[in-house]
Order: sequence, then C-alpha cells, then structure tokens
Amino acid sequence: MPVDTAVRPVRILVAKVGLDGHDRGVKVVARALRDAGYEVIYTGLRQTPEMVVDAALQEDAQVIGLSIHSGAHMTLFPAVVQELKRRKATDIIVFGGGIIPEDDIAALKKRGVAELFTPGTPLQDIVDWLRKRFPRGGS
Amino acid sequence: MSDIELARRFRAGDIRALARAISLVERRDPSVRELEEAPKGSTAEVVGFTGAPGTGKSTLVDALVSLLRKQKKSVAVIATDPNSPFTGGAILGDRIRMQRHALDPKVFIRSMGARGHLGGLSLATREAIRLLGAFGFDQVILETVGVGQSELEVAAVAGTTVVVLTPNLGDGVQMIKAGILEIADIFVVNKADLEGHQRVVMELRGMLSLSAPRAHAAGSPKAWKPPIIPTVAARQEGIEELWAAVEAHRRYLEASGQARELAEKRLKDETAEVVAELAREQARQALGEDAGLTARLMEDGTPYRAAEEIVTRLGRGLKPPAREH
Repeated sequence: MPVDTAVRPVRILVAKVGLDGHDRGVKVVARALRDAGYEVIYTGLRQTPEMVVDAALQEDAQVIGLSIHSGAHMTLFPAVVQELKRRKATDIIVFGGGIIPEDDIAALKKRGVAELFTPGTPLQDIVDWLRKRFPRGGS
Repeated sequence: MSDIELARRFRAGDIRALARAISLVERRDPSVRELEEAPKGSTAEVVGFTGAPGTGKSTLVDALVSLLRKQKKSVAVIATDPNSPFTGGAILGDRIRMQRHALDPKVFIRSMGARGHLGGLSLATREAIRLLGAFGFDQVILETVGVGQSELEVAAVAGTTVVVLTPNLGDGVQMIKAGILEIADIFVVNKADLEGHQRVVMELRGMLSLSAPRAHAAGSPKAWKPPIIPTVAARQEGIEELWAAVEAHRRYLEASGQARELAEKRLKDETAEVVAELAREQARQALGEDAGLTARLMEDGTPYRAAEEIVTRLGRGLKPPAREH
C-alpha cells in the first residue's frame, strides 16, 4: 500500500532534554504519534536545547515534542523556545510532557510553549491537539 | 518560504533551506529541481550502507562520520526508516546513534521515511543527494532501511555499496542465495567481538571464491573482488580499514572506466523514469478529461488500445506539466 507522497506528513521531533533518563513515556507518545500517521524523529536522551533545535532544523520538523521528568522544565522548555528564536525558526511549534505542576503550565505557555500534557493524559488527546494544529497535513 | 526565497537561502548556505528543499523533493514537488544543478566539480561522493535490521548500520555510519570529520571532510547522512503501510506514520530513529555529531556544522543528518517505496530507500533519495552535493557536502552516506534479501536499490544509487553482516544471521545456504550479497562492493562483518564472526568471514570467503568476477570494462587491470572488513563499530574498530576499502573501490571505478559508465547508465535510467512519470501524469489527465476515451476503454475491457491512443497523442507534443520551468 503506497503512502500518498504528495501529502506532506507532519514531521515531529521528539526529544528528552536535560539529564533525566526516563524515556518510556516519550517512546509511548512517539509510538502513538506514529500510529496517528506522523513521521516521528526520535533523537534519544540527554539533549541540550541547542541539539534539539539543530536537529529539528536539519529534519525540517514542524513540531518539537519535549519530555521531561526531572523537574528542570522551567529552565529547559523556555531554553528551547529561545533557541528557536535565535535560529529564526519560531514557526516550529513546541509542546511538552512530563510531571509539571499546574502553575508552571500557565507560566510555560506564557513563555511560548504551545501545550503541555501531564501524566494520565489519554494519548488520543495529544493526537487530537495535533490534528487541530495541522488539519491538512504539514503544508 | 517562497520558491525564490528558498533558492536564495539555499545558495547562501542556510541549512533550513536545504532541509526544506529535501522535504519538497520528498513530496515529489518539482519546484526545487534547479537547485539540484551543482556548480562544476561539486558532486558529492556517495557510499551506501545496507543490511538487516540491527546489524549496526547507524553505528557504523556514526563511526565513519567521525573518521571523515578527522579528515576535515564535510559529511551528509541520509538515514532511511520504513513508514507504516497502514497509517503512513513512522519512527525515524537513526539519529540516536549519531548524537555525538550534533552541533557540528559540517555534519548534516536527515532521517527519511521510505514512504511506501520498497527498494530500501526513499524515492527522493537521488534528488536529495544532488541537493546535498550542490549545497557543498563532500561526502554523502546513505543508510537503507533494515533490509531483507531483495531491497537492492542502494546499489543503483551509491558509488560504493557496503553490505553489513553480523555473526549468527543464518547458515551457509543464506550465503549462496541471490540478491543482497551480490550487490556488495565491500562486506562488513560488524560486531566482530561476538562469537561466530570468524565463521561469517569464512563463509563469505567461500561464497566469493565461487563468484565469477563481475563484469568490467575491457582493458581494465582486473576485476574488483569485494573485500571483507571486520569491524566493531561501537568501539570505532576497523573503520579506517573500511574507509581505505571505500577509497580503493573508488580508485578502481575510476581506473577501470566504470565510474563514467555507471554515471551515464544511471542518468539514462533516471531520465527514463522521469519520462515515465511525466507520461503517467499526462495519461491520467487524458483519462480524466476525455469521456470518449473512457467509453472506448470500458468497451474494450483491456487497457492496450487506449494506451496506444494516449501514446500517439503524446507523440504530437507533451503539454507542459504544471509548475515546470
């Protein structure tokens, strides 16, 4: 069954930033996004914001998904948004997931993170959110 | 990014423009074709890695990138992984093994989904290679999806094809089967720290000793015999030997005149494919627009007469397709 190559699949780069090594969550999300028809580029553990943005540019990703369970989200998520600004790539959307308190979610959204998903979120919610952002694929 | 803006930024060396141009060829958009035209002398040399899933292709590519960077060469990697035939989705995970080259501006890594194409690469691989060459990369490394026995396309695209094997992949009969083992210019036996690697080397030697020398140009000194290189890619062992073999193969292709022959044959083959693509587009258009033709087609119940009629029409002049320049 050939995939329709004329449609541009949304390309999502998912990464673990910082020092935390818990990648089960991000792998489950990656798998769910794959099953929803997205091309997911998984870059692995212990990424710096510079590495994440550099990879997203090379991969022509439209979305960056970050996972963090170490508590450093207030530093690292905005750092990725800043790096996107520095590289003039603010059209790339950043979303995140992990153990993030309510108050922090509001603060992070103010600082340019498009959406945050906490533990227990049904995978379909993430997919639905992406579908809303990209109703016609990645063009 | 408009087409003009994209071209300007591409020529100015903007990585993002290169990445976008590759996305465009991935969806068969012809608007960046002129960017593929390299300035003289700037075509990249291409080496391709293929082998079963889990043989260590990505790790080998990573190790080779390290070596090439020591030699001050700029390197682009195109790493292919499969898309789901059901949803079109994919997990492109080859970058994981290449993390240490992140932030090196002379290394460009692009993950490509095969997007339903079955040869082990994406349909857009050749276009992407030309874009990378035109952008100024010295060396391009291709990594196929994890292949079985008959995904052989890499040999039609790369100058040098490296087939990666590991210990414990099967018995001696696997070695005499047709397909993947026939396309190797170089064999790598990776994970050569594992038990059984010597057996693989021996079986490969046995297999190669039975092979007739591959066809080569008249007057060339002797035929190429694929060398067998044991490596432990995760420990950077055997990589210099591997690169020496790649360079030896390139010298062989030049000296024997095959480099030129191959380039010509490949460009001709690709031209035939582009013609077929253009013709297919025209045929679809004709079949969509022409009710009379459709009626005759349905009456015949076979495609041949309608096809001939379309080809005859094509002979009278192709309509220029949309977006072509």
